[in-house]
Amino acid sequence: MTNPVVAIENVNKIFGEGTENQVQALKEIDLVIQPNEFISFIGPSGCGKSTLLRVIGDLITPTSGGIKVNSKSAHQARLDRDYGMVFQAATLYEWRTVAKNVQLPLELMKYPKEKKEARTREMLTLVELTDFHKHYPWQLSGGMQQRVAIARALAFEPSILLMDEPFGALDEMTRERLNLELLDIWQKTRITVIFVTHSITEAVFLSTRVVVMSARPGRIIRDIKIDLPHPRNSDTRENVRFFELETEVREALRESENQGV
Amino acid sequence: MGTTPSKIPGWLKSVLYFLLIVATLILVWEGYKLLAAPDGKYLRGTAQVKVDDQRVPGPLCQNFGLCEVELPIRADDRAMPHVKDMAVTIFEPPRRGSDVILLSILIDASLFTLREAVAGFVIGGVLGFLLGVAFAHSGLMERGCLPYVVASQTVPLLAIAPMVVIWLGGYWLSVAVIAAYLTFFPVTINTLRGLRSPEPTAVELMHSYAATPNEILWKLRVPAALPFIFVALKVSATASVVGAIIGELPSGIADGLGRIILNFNQYYATGPEKLWASILFASLTGFTFFLIITLLEKLLIRHQPSDI
Repeated sequence: MTNPVVAIENVNKIFGEGTENQVQALKEIDLVIQPNEFISFIGPSGCGKSTLLRVIGDLITPTSGGIKVNSKSAHQARLDRDYGMVFQAATLYEWRTVAKNVQLPLELMKYPKEKKEARTREMLTLVELTDFHKHYPWQLSGGMQQRVAIARALAFEPSILLMDEPFGALDEMTRERLNLELLDIWQKTRITVIFVTHSITEAVFLSTRVVVMSARPGRIIRDIKIDLPHPRNSDTRENVRFFELETEVREALRESENQGV
Repeated sequence: MGTTPSKIPGWLKSVLYFLLIVATLILVWEGYKLLAAPDGKYLRGTAQVKVDDQRVPGPLCQNFGLCEVELPIRADDRAMPHVKDMAVTIFEPPRRGSDVILLSILIDASLFTLREAVAGFVIGGVLGFLLGVAFAHSGLMERGCLPYVVASQTVPLLAIAPMVVIWLGGYWLSVAVIAAYLTFFPVTINTLRGLRSPEPTAVELMHSYAATPNEILWKLRVPAALPFIFVALKVSATASVVGAIIGELPSGIADGLGRIILNFNQYYATGPEKLWASILFASLTGFTFFLIITLLEKLLIRHQPSDI
């Protein structure tokens, strides 16, 4: 068996430890993620799924427990630029053009000029925004902005793509189209994707595995393998197996809410 | 194609609007003077008038009982000289025995004061920016020093200015330092706010690239702060001119607007329009500086339409 991309062992995260407002955001998390997986974290608000994503990305330090990313510490993985991040808000820098936004990580990583420009063109082709490279973020629709954010996250070829409800603020139509595009990108690049979402349909449609979490304290209560065939397309959503898996996730979520209360 | 393309370019429109406002101001000024009776104190028609060497109440007083209604501001030619007189006086030599006209004196003085103001603006701007960066990076610095920065602005400039002259001597640098004293504060406050304006996720993004604090400052915080900083710089541009004019007084500098305003103030009774002309040039100087900064802003921040 190959080395896992992410190996999380008994991770706990307590915010405001020792104060009145102490909150256990993560409790006894164990999780192993293999290369090329597309894994989704789903759960009610406050279940710690975004916290877990940030703990993997070394943006939040866990209170206890161990994390190995590509067989090293999460901190070392961040220093090695193993992570591409996409947030719910596109978080484009408004004073930079589309092309300059995609180049931001490449600038920081001191790519030579030609390589930087070639890579930017490649990425904008991947997300089908070549004609917009000179536009500023405010001139783009929400969906286009999010595609730029994905291009920016993939520009420096990280091994893991961390996505925190990336399509949560978009309308249903745009969201479904971007879901298809993301699957396409995932298949082309074979990158490992860790995806946080509120949407059951989105989680089942995109993922190879769905991790269901419960709130207060945030724990993993189910780990559901999504055995829908690839490549997936709009017809996948009408597949009987798709409904069965959706129901399974939904029931797990209901269970998690009962446990929370 | 749907809308008719405007044939007037944007800059010309701004100039036309500006002229329109100037014309309106002149009309209001002269119109107010028209409202007043000849002595400038009472509303026309309510004051006593001379008829055949006898003082009789005006028509409004006789017919409507509106007698001696005082105007809020006196409108005689001493308090409010005619715009025409101001215009004429700048083309005449202000002193007997010299043929240098007032306009040339005022332009020289304005440029002199503007130079001091620009020096003070640069000193204050750089200092204000550095303080803002220091405060943004260290909460301890902010809590420790910001109260003193705020307190510094509660001390009147008139009290500080003579001190600076005593310390540094009476030459242009003292004036620049006095102007800087007025300039740095808004820049500090706005820089601090601007540097803190990025969303938490924008900072997280930088962390995910393992960016250094220096890279986060120059690639994220400073560009995000620029619109905030320019708001302060525009305020500071005009404030630095005021600071320079006040600073010239204790410094004993005779070449700037400060001394001219002081002089014409003393001889106001004999030539009020000269003081008014100097005031006009003082505000034009501040306005010019403001426009230069606005232009600079348009050059530096191109990603979105800016409004003054």
